[in-house]
Amino acid sequence: MSASSKRLNQIKAVIPEVAPDEALELQEDGAILIDVREPDEVAQGSPEDALRIVRGFLELKIEKEVPDFDTPLLVMCAGGLRSLFAAENLTQMGYNDVKSVAGGFNGWKNHGLPVDVPEMLGDLDRERYGRHLLVPEVGEKGQLKLLKSKVLMIGAGGLGSPAAYYLAAAGVGTLGIVDDDVVDRSNLQRQILHTDKNVGKPKVDSARETLSALNPDIIIETYQERITSKNVDEIFSKYDVVVDGTDNFPTRYLINDACVKHGIPNVHGSIFRFEGQVSVFAPKGKNPGPCYRCLYPEPPPPELAPSCAEAGVLGILPGVVGVLEAVETVKILLGIGEPLIGKLLTYDALKVRFETLNLARNKNCKYCGDGVTFPGYVDYEFFCANPAVSAASS
Amino acid sequence: MSSTIRIPAPLRSLTNGADEVAVEGRNIREALTSLGSQHENINSKLLSDNGDLRDFVNIFLNGNEIRTMNGIDTALPEGSVLNIIPAVAGGLK
Repeated sequence: MSASSKRLNQIKAVIPEVAPDEALELQEDGAILIDVREPDEVAQGSPEDALRIVRGFLELKIEKEVPDFDTPLLVMCAGGLRSLFAAENLTQMGYNDVKSVAGGFNGWKNHGLPVDVPEMLGDLDRERYGRHLLVPEVGEKGQLKLLKSKVLMIGAGGLGSPAAYYLAAAGVGTLGIVDDDVVDRSNLQRQILHTDKNVGKPKVDSARETLSALNPDIIIETYQERITSKNVDEIFSKYDVVVDGTDNFPTRYLINDACVKHGIPNVHGSIFRFEGQVSVFAPKGKNPGPCYRCLYPEPPPPELAPSCAEAGVLGILPGVVGVLEAVETVKILLGIGEPLIGKLLTYDALKVRFETLNLARNKNCKYCGDGVTFPGYVDYEFFCANPAVSAASS
Repeated sequence: MSSTIRIPAPLRSLTNGADEVAVEGRNIREALTSLGSQHENINSKLLSDNGDLRDFVNIFLNGNEIRTMNGIDTALPEGSVLNIIPAVAGGLK
């Protein structure tokens, strides 16, 4: 008799085995069915509601998944042998009620018991996102979520460049990019999506080229136009999160108003010389916070609001702020941590000072206040040129 | 009561480049008057003609919006820090 057969016989003497249909009954009574097969085997199908932990990580991961050592466990592999070894190890760890499913998944299938084909990452994705898979807060489930997510970047400039770059790298499945501008050499001091050879090209084309080179598997939708009250509804309604990387107040207010209307989180960033601000405006989420208009009900007149083009900015600053926007975006998509909802993070690069200020929802806000009907979009460009306010149709 | 007002970069041209100004005042209104007496042009950017805080400026007292307290009439404990946070357009295209 071979050593492995001898060993199996020893284990069989102490680990009870159950038939697949009996395992299903026990599972329905509260036992946890653990499928310990390899990912490529599980990809073909696995019992419904099974806990899937590959054999090699079983001892390391089981305690987090099943903290109660009295929980009945049913271990399954393909044919019922590997599961015996695994079940013995769980017993040695201190689990008091561990059984092995005789005949394994093959027997389960042959009995016509319920199977589902779990969504799983392919081999290339597993390789590309390997470091995400090791983070418990992301893992395979989180990565699949990111791959299904749709994020709209407004602006492929100073803030949009680093944000889009990292979101593409992180595997956000669909990135929309809105920008009507072309690449200028003076952009290259900070707008890292673009390169010297792309000077004169539309920014959306340049962005697509760079992002596709980094991650060819994601979908990049480009809009070489300005966001206006006419196109905003159609574009925004396709996305889960909007990242504000604009450089002007009319667009910021339009983004805010459309995000409030559509209930989309608005990840906000702004910069000035050595200082930046980041926040998440999400007045319609699970934990509603303020919108941009709660903070600043109306934009300043042009004479009180110098644009960045006049003011200048340290080229690296939008990198810091844009990356913080990307982090907040990923947190929202994964539903992890505490996003900057109801908080404004300020960064002073010269003083190396990060401060978090508390923002309050304004119950009387004209756009997100209690019981408010959406008042329509406001064309501030027109307003700035002409004191008559033009309310565009919603 | 002595407090510190932090001046954001967009307004520093009005404070000779100072990023912090020490002020006196029992409430925020008095603190702003004290700021205005040292840097005469800044208050017209912060306050409207009738003395209210402008819509595109926020002031935070020790990290909290003064709108959630008594606005610019909010009392100032000794050693308070006030952050002026104006709306900033820039993202840079």
